[in-house]
Amino acid sequence: MSDTVLSSPAFMGVPPRIALVGNPNCGKTALFNALTGARQKVANYPGVTVERKIGEFLSPAGTRVQLVDLPGTYSLRARSPDEEVTRDVVLGRFQHEAPPDVMVCVADATNLRLHLRLVLELKKLGRPIILALNMMDVAEARGCRVDAAALSAALGVPVVPTVAIKRTGVVGLLDQIDRSMVAMTVTPAHSPSNAPGPLPCGWSEPSALDLRAYHQQVETILATALRDAGRPSLATRRIDAALLHPAIGLPFLFLVLFLMFQAVFAWAAVPMDMIDKGLGWVQAAAGAALPDGLLKSLLTDGIIAGVGSVVIFLPQILVLFFFILMLESTGYMARAAFLLDRLMGGVGLHGRAFIPLLSSFACAVPGIMAARTIENRADRLATIMIAPLMTCSARLPVYTLIIAAFVPDRTVAGGMIGLQGLVMFTLYAAGILSALAAAFVLKRTIFKGAREPLLMELPSYRLPSPRDILLGLLERARIFLARAGTVIFAIMILLWFLGSFPAAPDGATGPAIDYSFAGMLGHALAPLLAPIGFTWQIAIALVPGMAAREVAVAALGTVYALSETGDALSGSLAGVLAADWSLPTALSLLAWFVFAPQCVSTLSVVKRETNSWFWMLVMIVYMTALAYGAAFVTFHLSSALLGG
Amino acid sequence: MIPPLPGSAHAAPPSLASHQASGLTPGTSSDPPIGADCCRLGALHKGQRAVVTGLDESAVATPLPPGELERRMIEMGLIEGACVEILHEGFPGADPLAVRINDHTLALRRAEAHAVLVTLG
Repeated sequence: MSDTVLSSPAFMGVPPRIALVGNPNCGKTALFNALTGARQKVANYPGVTVERKIGEFLSPAGTRVQLVDLPGTYSLRARSPDEEVTRDVVLGRFQHEAPPDVMVCVADATNLRLHLRLVLELKKLGRPIILALNMMDVAEARGCRVDAAALSAALGVPVVPTVAIKRTGVVGLLDQIDRSMVAMTVTPAHSPSNAPGPLPCGWSEPSALDLRAYHQQVETILATALRDAGRPSLATRRIDAALLHPAIGLPFLFLVLFLMFQAVFAWAAVPMDMIDKGLGWVQAAAGAALPDGLLKSLLTDGIIAGVGSVVIFLPQILVLFFFILMLESTGYMARAAFLLDRLMGGVGLHGRAFIPLLSSFACAVPGIMAARTIENRADRLATIMIAPLMTCSARLPVYTLIIAAFVPDRTVAGGMIGLQGLVMFTLYAAGILSALAAAFVLKRTIFKGAREPLLMELPSYRLPSPRDILLGLLERARIFLARAGTVIFAIMILLWFLGSFPAAPDGATGPAIDYSFAGMLGHALAPLLAPIGFTWQIAIALVPGMAAREVAVAALGTVYALSETGDALSGSLAGVLAADWSLPTALSLLAWFVFAPQCVSTLSVVKRETNSWFWMLVMIVYMTALAYGAAFVTFHLSSALLGG
Repeated sequence: MIPPLPGSAHAAPPSLASHQASGLTPGTSSDPPIGADCCRLGALHKGQRAVVTGLDESAVATPLPPGELERRMIEMGLIEGACVEILHEGFPGADPLAVRINDHTLALRRAEAHAVLVTLG
């Protein structure tokens, strides 16, 4: 049967494409995972920053079907970049992409009053639709009863109950997909599916009157099909009474965040150690296998060390995203945005900006990409511009090194708090406070304007699904490693080149890097950096260090002519620096690192997300200025206080 | 039975002056009638229930173009006839509000909620 479907004029040998559309919080992603399992990947829409999630599955009849998961939207009227993608894909407005053959509208069975309106809007497009009534298990538990047959008759589209989190819960949907595809081969009324171009349905944005009329229609339909609206979730109400309580809410949230960060460091420590050892082993093996020379140096010092210094952060990023995915899938993330809306409003930010900023603690790159869900352009830009100020994982090696070298391992407050830990916490707090201060200034000057309305749904609490969390983490790991394998890879080769050529002349006394292009650049910059207390060694180490923070420690090691790697390097480097630098210099470098834009990956993502070079350049200028100013003040203030 | 298409005449819900005005000319409305039970959602407190009677976007300052806030509110379920209940209030300042609307819960600020006209009870 699959051959007849594929070879019919409707499909002409191209696998049918199905799109999943629906409101946020309808379980669409769980349905996508149920249908495609691990056979999914993320790609880019041409010319647009939003990623496309596509997967494949085999229908019961044996047809290979392509499935696209579109960003959740409340209406085809797009309010943010990712909702625009949903609208444009559905309407076939993408130049090189045909509109989907069949649309599966996913609706929460317990909330049809809100979700059915989108179905009516999509019906107007004239493409085949299947309505998946998801979360039927929750509906039944709450006494909500929907007559699927009556609903189907009233809507004029096939209606299938689904339970996306159960393996057997999508069988009915798969059968219906087969039936719809066969129906498409029989009725040649639609234009060939693989013809790109907008649909000739003349869709236009509905007015308030149109929207009210849609709702009226929904009420009429539900009058025939909704037998019992069921009870609201008592558990959700009770839990919210505690978690949104004025006295308990915010403290609980901060406790959750604190535990999260503790876990990130504790759980990631062992895997990071393993990666470190693994890298050392690979380096040694490569070093032993290759003859001395350029290729060996390129491989061990350039590629393996360079890319490895980024890959080593994968455990921290995954642990943080594990918690973020847990918070999102249980529904608590919306509560966090609710609780923080007031505080963030104080600096002019939307409560929802919390999520990109939280992600930026692992790495600003996914954080900036998460800003796509912020509808208002000014708010989105403001969030993007301050995200890199949050203390990302890559700053930690430098912080740890300098703290180990300069902060005594003592306790204060009667042995309760470790001084080193306190300094680390202060650096984190400095990052957060500077981000809030920057937002305050930006929202009063360049991005002036009232805040976007909150109007955010608080979904019922749900148990997270292990399968969905795992697939989410896999996706994150893939994106991160792909970036390490491309952008970082290229940069590390470039940096190795700058640091190795020209080679040191015979009989040279200083470290080899001193004679290279990087050394020349460093010496040229040294006079500029002298007022903030940076030595020429720091100036040279900052040449690669401005491209990627992670390499700063390794670069310092090279400049001070140390040959160890990893933890051994940090250990001996701490000793060397403690002897060579003054405390004001060390503090000044810390202040620099809090603000300086030292990450080409972040800058390239900013350029991509804002679709222009302008905001990227603005970021470089303002962050460098802040870094220089903060380092200057820190250096001179601490020199004065400590007597030079 | 084929439901009526949007925009057709007999789909109009029970109306107030403000609703009809905002439906025809987005962004403007006549003054809301000051009845004994009429007030705004933004003035209610935790535990109070009400029924939505209209939307008056001119009461709220937003960066949105005229008519947009009303459309977004309708899309989120704030529409004439909807039963609402204030479930939770934020801290500090009892802002934002968590409002139960029929079958779902919506978070919105008091300032935005001032655009929603309700009748208590």
